[in-house]
Amino acid sequence: MRPFTFERVRTPAEAAAAAARHPGAKFVAGRTNLLDLMKLEIETPTHLIDVNGLALDKIEPTADGGLRIGALVRNTDLAADERVRRDYGVLSRALSAGASGQLRNMATTAGNLLQRTRCPYFYDTNQPCNKRVLGSGCGAIDGFSRQHAVVGISDACIATHPSDMAVALRVLDAVVETVGPDGSTRNIPIAEFHRLPGDQPHIDTVLRTGELITAVTLPKPAGGAQIYYKVRDRASYAFALVSVALVVQKDGTGRVALGGVAHKPWRVEAAEAELPKGAKAVAAFLLADAKPTDQNAFKLKLVERTLAAALAQAKGAQL
Amino acid sequence: MKFETPATENPIDQLKVIGKATDRVEGPFKTMGRARYAYEWHDVAKNPAYGYVVGSAIAKGRIRSIDLSLAKVSHGVLAIVTAENAGKLGKGEFNTALLLGGPEIQHYHQAVALVVAETFEQARAAAGQIRIEYEKAPGAFDLAAAKDSAPMADKITGGVAASKVGDFEGAFAAAPVQLDATYTTPDQSHAMMEPHSSLAKWEGDKLTVWTSNQMIDWGRGDLAKTLNIPKENVRLISPYIGGGFGGKLFVRADAVLASLGARAAQRPVKVALQRALMPNNTTHRPATIQRIRLGTTREGKITAIGHDSWSGDLPEGKPDGAVHQTRLLYAGENRMTATRLAVLDLPEANAMRAPGEATGMMALEIAMDELAEKLGIDPVELRILNDTQVVPDDASPPSKDDPQDRKGDTAANQAGKGKRFSQRQFIECLRLGAERFGWNKRSAKPAANRDGMWLIGQGVAAAYRGNQTTKSAARVRLDSRGGVIVETDMTDIGTGSYTVIAQTAAEMLGVPLNRVLVRLGDSSFPVSSGSGGQWGANCSTSGVYAACLKLREMVAQKLGVSATDAVFSDGRVRVGDRDVPLGEVAGSAGLVAEDAIEFGKLAKEYQQSTFGAHFVEVGVHVATGETRVRRMLAVCAAGRILNPKAARSQVIGAMTMGVGAALMEELAVDKRLGFFVNHDMATYEVPVHADIPHQDVIFLDETDPISSPMKAKGVAELGICGVAAAVANAIYNATGVRVRDYPITLDKLLDGLPDVA
Ligand SMILES: Cc1cc2nc3c(=O)[nH]c(=O)nc-3n(C[C@H](O)[C@H](O)[C@H](O)COP(=O)(O)OP(=O)(O)OC[C@H]3O[C@@H](n4cnc5c(N)ncnc54)[C@H](O)[C@@H]3O)c2cc1C
Ligand code: SF4
Repeated sequence: MRPFTFERVRTPAEAAAAAARHPGAKFVAGRTNLLDLMKLEIETPTHLIDVNGLALDKIEPTADGGLRIGALVRNTDLAADERVRRDYGVLSRALSAGASGQLRNMATTAGNLLQRTRCPYFYDTNQPCNKRVLGSGCGAIDGFSRQHAVVGISDACIATHPSDMAVALRVLDAVVETVGPDGSTRNIPIAEFHRLPGDQPHIDTVLRTGELITAVTLPKPAGGAQIYYKVRDRASYAFALVSVALVVQKDGTGRVALGGVAHKPWRVEAAEAELPKGAKAVAAFLLADAKPTDQNAFKLKLVERTLAAALAQAKGAQL
Repeated sequence: MKFETPATENPIDQLKVIGKATDRVEGPFKTMGRARYAYEWHDVAKNPAYGYVVGSAIAKGRIRSIDLSLAKVSHGVLAIVTAENAGKLGKGEFNTALLLGGPEIQHYHQAVALVVAETFEQARAAAGQIRIEYEKAPGAFDLAAAKDSAPMADKITGGVAASKVGDFEGAFAAAPVQLDATYTTPDQSHAMMEPHSSLAKWEGDKLTVWTSNQMIDWGRGDLAKTLNIPKENVRLISPYIGGGFGGKLFVRADAVLASLGARAAQRPVKVALQRALMPNNTTHRPATIQRIRLGTTREGKITAIGHDSWSGDLPEGKPDGAVHQTRLLYAGENRMTATRLAVLDLPEANAMRAPGEATGMMALEIAMDELAEKLGIDPVELRILNDTQVVPDDASPPSKDDPQDRKGDTAANQAGKGKRFSQRQFIECLRLGAERFGWNKRSAKPAANRDGMWLIGQGVAAAYRGNQTTKSAARVRLDSRGGVIVETDMTDIGTGSYTVIAQTAAEMLGVPLNRVLVRLGDSSFPVSSGSGGQWGANCSTSGVYAACLKLREMVAQKLGVSATDAVFSDGRVRVGDRDVPLGEVAGSAGLVAEDAIEFGKLAKEYQQSTFGAHFVEVGVHVATGETRVRRMLAVCAAGRILNPKAARSQVIGAMTMGVGAALMEELAVDKRLGFFVNHDMATYEVPVHADIPHQDVIFLDETDPISSPMKAKGVAELGICGVAAAVANAIYNATGVRVRDYPITLDKLLDGLPDVA
């Protein structure tokens, strides 16, 4: 771990100003990801701005019938919120499927969105990794890639985004609200928030330096049956091999997003027209440009079958 | 005392304390946080400095240069140890690779430096400032690729590497029913809770190391050898150990580097291996490739049984003994085993819980399931049909003094053929297990049962593990108030040694359990068996038994009577109409007896083994292929069960580890870069609570007077042997998909599951 300085801020404006003062600074919220990465010298901020004192820990209704989730709302609280459980079941389920109880008690909404990949080469500073050190190469592409992405990959990086919550937010069309170091605010649709790796895999999102997430908003409830189906090698406390976030209406129309297959939550709106035809058609559309490795090619079949299971669950039927 | 003839009735048979389900005597210390683990000796070394280990960034090659200039001036740094400045170091007898590497690098994350600083954080920060240039050399990292050129090994733990009885090739070729299949098991990590940790302190040329080690005397000798100092100058203290599973049988880098760091910094130094170093820096269970050939009559009698196994290790390393049980478990006139060892430049391979049988049974017991299906015979019945009460091929006599003896016993290859097992209730385990599990409700046809989205199946496997015996000493003190103190360098790695030793002394001396104080894990105590190879409980309590017998004689002598006439009970000794409190006999000086149990020829005259049967029910998700174990039953025949509560804990823990082996545990090898990639607890998955359903354990009521005066045997490793195969067989029964490559992850099942989309 490298030496760093530390300060606590109390308002978003203070946070923005602090970020403007310290170019190498990072915000820190629940600390469950950033500190681990700092200990391993994967992240080396020179200054930490603790945002836990910001009053961004509320879940409030919005004017258009949705919810505004403060950036500091803990994953546990968000998953347990009555409105979220009733109207946004897919989000509550995705959150509960992630990490462990202790971690969810600490993890925040903003921190969860910004957690970094779990690629093991990214975590081992002896190994090549373009995401960690641009230009050093990618250890995973010809290496151990069982967990890695199958779509939207590049020659530089095949990492996945590990968040479960983000997959649910993607299917719910959430919007990320931010404030920049200059005080300007932005509303970023979740679809545009996470990037594909391209030739700049070291950049995960479209956030600018010093830009603070203040909230995530959900549009008015989507209704329908809401499923989050996470598949992993053990029953709990593991990242997804593949996950499916699904909202299906009575008439068979709906939306679907995938986790564990790409550098971002993977949703192709056009694929959703295939939903009435069943899992095979939707999966084929979603993964049309897939380029798996030998080790993760099974994910193509797994997506199709998990989607079938999720659709059956939505119907209350059995396969 | 020499143990040369079968045990007759002795004070242990009273079973007033022994054999009773007993809470751990040290349990309250652990729950109150008062049991001190290696990193927590805050009072013995005030103001210790902290070490941080730097592991090699390459798998094989040389260090061209190390630049310590930035690290040396980093905040709080007291010393930096490297091979360049450590002085001449030896290598422990039980280590294959050097514990401090450089300039030559033998494996990934081999320790190349220790930074010592005032605080842990300062040491870690400085470690990040060390600049090392390496020169990579090509290495061999792929067992499958090295397989065909791998030579025959010299020996396996507890026996020879290859064996032949009759004409295997001929009999196999002639057999009307044949099975010839190859199975693979991956590299596995011990993944115990407490990392390897040590606190080292020098006083002049005397070194004390508070550490976490299963085998105190081996560790003491090897630490001395590595540091080139006399063994007498080293003291190891390791009373509490947060798990070992074989990963702490040997001295590792933490102890060596803490000692070197303390010398360099002239301060006590603490070192805990960072979790991410553990899989590559320490030892692991090696991957195997195993070919099993079984030939039978049409009725299912085995006529030919062959087992070839391949594993890899660093030069001068050891093979996995996967073929071991195949010499002993099933009958058959014509037999062969062969063990080949490839040179690989991966980290050091070594023992992990039930080394040999754990991997061997993973393969053999799937093969038996496949054979049963070919024959159309129930798998329980097939095993019963091929039971043997005599050793069909004794190529594996337990070695006398040292169960891990490297020399082996080559002359004994055929010597013991036809000798009897001291106890063998294998059939009883299978029958009782089948009845309790409801085996008769299982459909022999695979993929025939469904519960909603889950395909349901049941599997069975044998459990087999050798019972090894080895010398063990103890010292017992009786004080004037009738209190008993037992001292032995035996360790408690979470297994319950404190408790069974206290039970033994209480039974032998007729005192209540709470009058016995047990002190373990200190090299200033008499040398015990240590904890390994499931020999610990039986051997160490036998050593305590010997010392207690001696103490009983001393008491009797003081009273001027014969020990055989004295009755020890309720804290008193009675002879005729004399009835004296024990404390009074001890007097103010107290009485001290020390003795050891030494195992003689019985270990050669009989084959000592433990047996069992595992039954497992799984559900496999019809769409995703996720496997979830639904219920498990183990039936064990393992001699007298000294403490049924602790023994049950050991067996359910072993069953859990077996589920890990079956479904998820695998150190992923990067065959280009030569290392285990998933080297932390987030990526090396072991079962969590949600993976483990209802577990049942039944112990057969058995005593084995050939094994020891305790009439007990080991059980903690028996519990893992066969579990993974039972899970694999249950998965096959559920799905009709036969997977021969562990772990059985869902990607290996998907292609065989019914269409659902
Ligand atoms: C063992 C383990 C298992 C896990 N398993 C799962 C899992 O199965 N599924 C899953 O989804 N997740 C899992 N996680 C990840 C966990 O969800 C994340 O660590 C957590 O959500 C991060 O939130 P945090 O508040 O602690 O973030 P921090 O660690 O505090 O910060 C993370 C990042 O977010 C930035 N940041 C924080 N707040 C703001 C803000 N307001 N504006 C701008 N930037 C900000 C920080 O600068 C940092 O870069 C696991 C984590 C661990 C350690
Ligand atoms: S996949 Fe991405 S994160 Fe992983 S090694 Fe390659 S570049 Fe790094």
